[in-house]
Amino acid sequence: MALSTASNFAKPDDAFRAIVEAHRGLSDEQSADLDAALVLVLANHIGDIAVLHEAIALAKRRMLDASQQQQQQQQ
Amino acid sequence: MALTNTQFGYRRHPDQDRADANVAEHAIVVVGAGPVGLSLAIDLAQRGQSVVLLDDADRIGEGSRAICFSKRALEFWDRLGVGQRMVDKGVVWSVGKIFHGEQQLYQFNLLPEQGHKRPAFINLQQFYAEAYLVDRVEELSAIDLRWRNKVTGLEPRNDHVALTIQTPDGPYRVNAQYVIACDGARSSLRQMVGAEFAGQVFEDQFLIADVRMTAAFPTERWFWFDPPFHAGRSALLHKQPDDIWRIDLQLNRFADPAVEKLPENVRPRIARMLGHDKFDFEWISLYKFQCRRMNKFIHGRVIFAGDAAHQVSPFGARGANSGLEDAENLAWKLDRVLRGTSPETLLESYHTERSAAADENIRESTRSTDFMAPNSHQEARLRKAVLSLAKETEFGKRMVNAGRLSTPSTYETPLSTADRDAWRGGPRPGASMADAPVAGPGGESTFLTDAFISAGTRFTLLEFSNGAMPERPEGLGAIRIGGKDGLADSAGLAAARYDAEPGTAYLLRPDGYVAARFRHPTREGLDAALARAAGHN
Repeated sequence: MALSTASNFAKPDDAFRAIVEAHRGLSDEQSADLDAALVLVLANHIGDIAVLHEAIALAKRRMLDASQQQQQQQQ
Repeated sequence: MALTNTQFGYRRHPDQDRADANVAEHAIVVVGAGPVGLSLAIDLAQRGQSVVLLDDADRIGEGSRAICFSKRALEFWDRLGVGQRMVDKGVVWSVGKIFHGEQQLYQFNLLPEQGHKRPAFINLQQFYAEAYLVDRVEELSAIDLRWRNKVTGLEPRNDHVALTIQTPDGPYRVNAQYVIACDGARSSLRQMVGAEFAGQVFEDQFLIADVRMTAAFPTERWFWFDPPFHAGRSALLHKQPDDIWRIDLQLNRFADPAVEKLPENVRPRIARMLGHDKFDFEWISLYKFQCRRMNKFIHGRVIFAGDAAHQVSPFGARGANSGLEDAENLAWKLDRVLRGTSPETLLESYHTERSAAADENIRESTRSTDFMAPNSHQEARLRKAVLSLAKETEFGKRMVNAGRLSTPSTYETPLSTADRDAWRGGPRPGASMADAPVAGPGGESTFLTDAFISAGTRFTLLEFSNGAMPERPEGLGAIRIGGKDGLADSAGLAAARYDAEPGTAYLLRPDGYVAARFRHPTREGLDAALARAAGHN
C-alpha cells in the first residue's frame, strides 16, 4: 500500500481542529511530548513500514523546502 | 571459584626446535583459546582435522564476562559433546521482566513452547564455559593446545601463512595453510593484516558488577528503566550459578571510571537496588561499548571470527553467541576445503553469511543501546512516550527495547536452493533447523537435534516418510520421521514445525542450517541442492 495523500477526512477542518485543540494550553515541552506519543500511536495504527517511511520522507521533504525558502528570503 | 582447572602450563613443543629452513607445516592454526577458538578447534577436530591452538595467556580469563548462552550455542555445544555439562551447571531461564520506575511494564517468555531439548538461554560464567571446552579439547588428540604462545609476526604467502610465535623460551616459526584469528576485540592479528575496524562508539558508561549473595529473586532477567534506586538511568539484574548475580548499571557519560569502580562507591548503589548490603563483590568492570565489524572477515588465508571480527554492545547476548555461530559456520567449510571436497570459494560464503549476521547483531544491539541511552532530547522524548504508552497498550510494550536477545540469523546465501514448492511454515532455506521431540525405535525419547548428531553432523536429509523417497546421494546422513524404521513423531511437533506432509524432505547443512526443502524430492533435485550447498556452482 502506498501513502495516501488524497484528502481522507469528510471534514478536514475537524481533523486539523482536533489536533490544534489537543495542544491548547500546553507548553512547548508538553506539546512535543504529546506529538511524540501521537506519532507513535498513529504509526502503529498504520502498521505498514513502507507507508511510514513514505510519510517520514514527505514530512522531511517539507522541512527541506521550508529551509530552502528561508535561505532564499535571506539572500 | 569452584574450578580445578583454570591454570595451564607452558610446554615446549618440538616445533620450537626446528631450523628456520625446516619449519613445521600445519593445516590449521587457531589463534585465541576463548570460547570461539576452543569451540572451532573441537568442531574441526571432530571432523578429522588436526588443529594447532595458540593462546598468549596460560590461564582462563577472570571475571564472568559473557554470561548468557543461547539455545543455538547450546545446540552447537551438544554437537561438540559439552552441551549437557554447560546446562547442568548453568542457570536456565526464559522469562524477562521490564520495569519502569516501581511498576512492572511487562514480561516476556523467550521460549513459550515445550518440546525443545535446550532452553532459550542459560546463564553461565564464561570461565566455566572455557574450562569445560578445555577439558573437551584435552580428550581430542587432534588438537595441540599451546599456552603462552603469542603470535608476533604474520607473513602471507601464496599457499600458506608464515607465523612467528613468541614463547617463554623465545620465538619460533610455523607455517599454516589457514590461520583462524579468534583473538578477541583487541585482535593483534587484525592489526597485522592491516584491517580497519571502524564503527560507532557509545559515550555512555556502564558499570558491570558480579556480586555473591543468597537471594530469593527468581531466575529471570529483570530490567529497569528509571528505577527508584538509580534515578534517570537503567539497571539489569540476572542470576548466574554459585549464587552470583550480574548487575549492570548505566552511569552518566562524564562519570570518572577510576572513581566509579571503587567498591566503596559501587556498594551503596547496589545496596539501594537490592534493599540490603549482605553481598560480596566477585568482579567489577566499567566500560563503554563499540559496535563495529571488519569489512572483510577473510584476508587471504587469515580468517577472523568472534570479537576479532565484530563487536556489539552486550545488551542482547549477541557477542559470544554470534562468535560461536561463526565457529559452527566456518568449521565444516574449512574441513571440506582442506579435504578438497569443496572448492576454496566455499569459504567466501562464511564471510557472506556471518558478516550479514554481524550487521544484524550490530543493528539490534545499537537500537537497544540507543533506547537505553537516548542520544538527544527528542530521542529521550520518544522513549518517554513509548514507556508511558507501554502501560496501557500492547504495541507500546513491544516497542520498549531493553535488549533483543540473540536468535540465529537466517542467511541469504548462494548455498541455499530457493523454494519451488508452496510452504506455509517451517524453517526456510538459510534458517537453522527447528528442534522437536521424537522417539527412537525402542520408544526412547530423543530430539531432532540429537538425531542430527547421530546422523553424523554432516549434510543430512530429514525425511518425513511416505515410503517412496528417492535413493539418497552418497555420503548424505539421514533422519527419517515415521514409517517402519523411522523416528516416531507422536506429538506431531516435528511435522508441525517443518510444515511437513508425507514425502516432505529438508536438506540440512553440516552446521544444522536448512539448505533446501522439497515436497517430493527427486534425485536430480537433491544432487543439485547438495552441489550448491557444498559450493560447487
